[in-house]
Amino acid sequence: MNREELKQSLLEILPSATFEEGTEWTTIAIDPAAWEDLALELRSAWGLEFDFLFCVTAVDWKTHFTMVYHLTSTIHRHTLVVKAKLDRQHPEIRTVSDIWRTAEFHEREAYDLMGIVFTGHPDLRRLFMTDEWQGWPLRKDYEDPVNMIKL
Amino acid sequence: MDVNPQKKEPPFPGEVHPTAGGGILVTKLDEVINWARSNSLWPLVFGTSCCAIEMMSTAAAKYDWSRFGFEVARATPRQADVIIIAGTIVNKMAPVLKRLYDQMPDPKYVIAMGACATSGGPFFYNTYSVVKGADHVIPVDVYVAGCPPRPEALLHALITLQEKIRHGKT
Repeated sequence: MNREELKQSLLEILPSATFEEGTEWTTIAIDPAAWEDLALELRSAWGLEFDFLFCVTAVDWKTHFTMVYHLTSTIHRHTLVVKAKLDRQHPEIRTVSDIWRTAEFHEREAYDLMGIVFTGHPDLRRLFMTDEWQGWPLRKDYEDPVNMIKL
Repeated sequence: MDVNPQKKEPPFPGEVHPTAGGGILVTKLDEVINWARSNSLWPLVFGTSCCAIEMMSTAAAKYDWSRFGFEVARATPRQADVIIIAGTIVNKMAPVLKRLYDQMPDPKYVIAMGACATSGGPFFYNTYSVVKGADHVIPVDVYVAGCPPRPEALLHALITLQEKIRHGKT
């Protein structure tokens, strides 16, 4: 499926989707509330079949967070990037670990380092940091006077 | 700073007086022991990041540290004499490193390889996870600068360690 066809199929599923221009891969921005239904559609809709979630990213923009999901289809060889803007105070989004199993660890990592809460996640614990660790180390406003020498 | 500024290494610490039917050796036991130890250092297989790649290169055919007596890299600390800290030590790794060092039998030696192991290096500022120098965890005999150091630099460090042992300065 080429880029235009992919855009058309996506608009059929989610008419409110907005596309980013000038990106390497087709990129859509969505409302986090729409993510769960969209993810299910992307995974199973005929002709789309995004069966491989190869990257989960959280970005701290200081005013808000962005979750970035990179999806690809090993059947059709097309790739899609989904971005969802999250609230800075209460970053929360629905888990997709029940759709793509790999997200279970990716989401734990995003929770561990950025403090994004994935609702419905089966095992949302810290992954790299110790269990008793306080704070979210990769946030821009993170302070740690014990371990960190500021420059 | 060189351990031995004179750089005159005797091949063997002692004097051999040839006599009929053999010879008499005059030496000090400590020096012979140190001489023997310095020529048979068994490094521990331990690497935590990119410095380990340079360490492997130093061990492999091109640089071949076995020319200097390091060929028997051991995968267990109980059989190793020297630990080359090849890479970043993070806070979670620090207790592991300490335990490995504790499990090594005496006499044991430590080489801090590269910027991370000597001071935290590129991770000195603004990191929550990196130990600012492996010498916060275990005592270090020889430091190697570089990010990562060239294999020649590691070889020089190993030879420096040998000189240090031979002079009883460890």
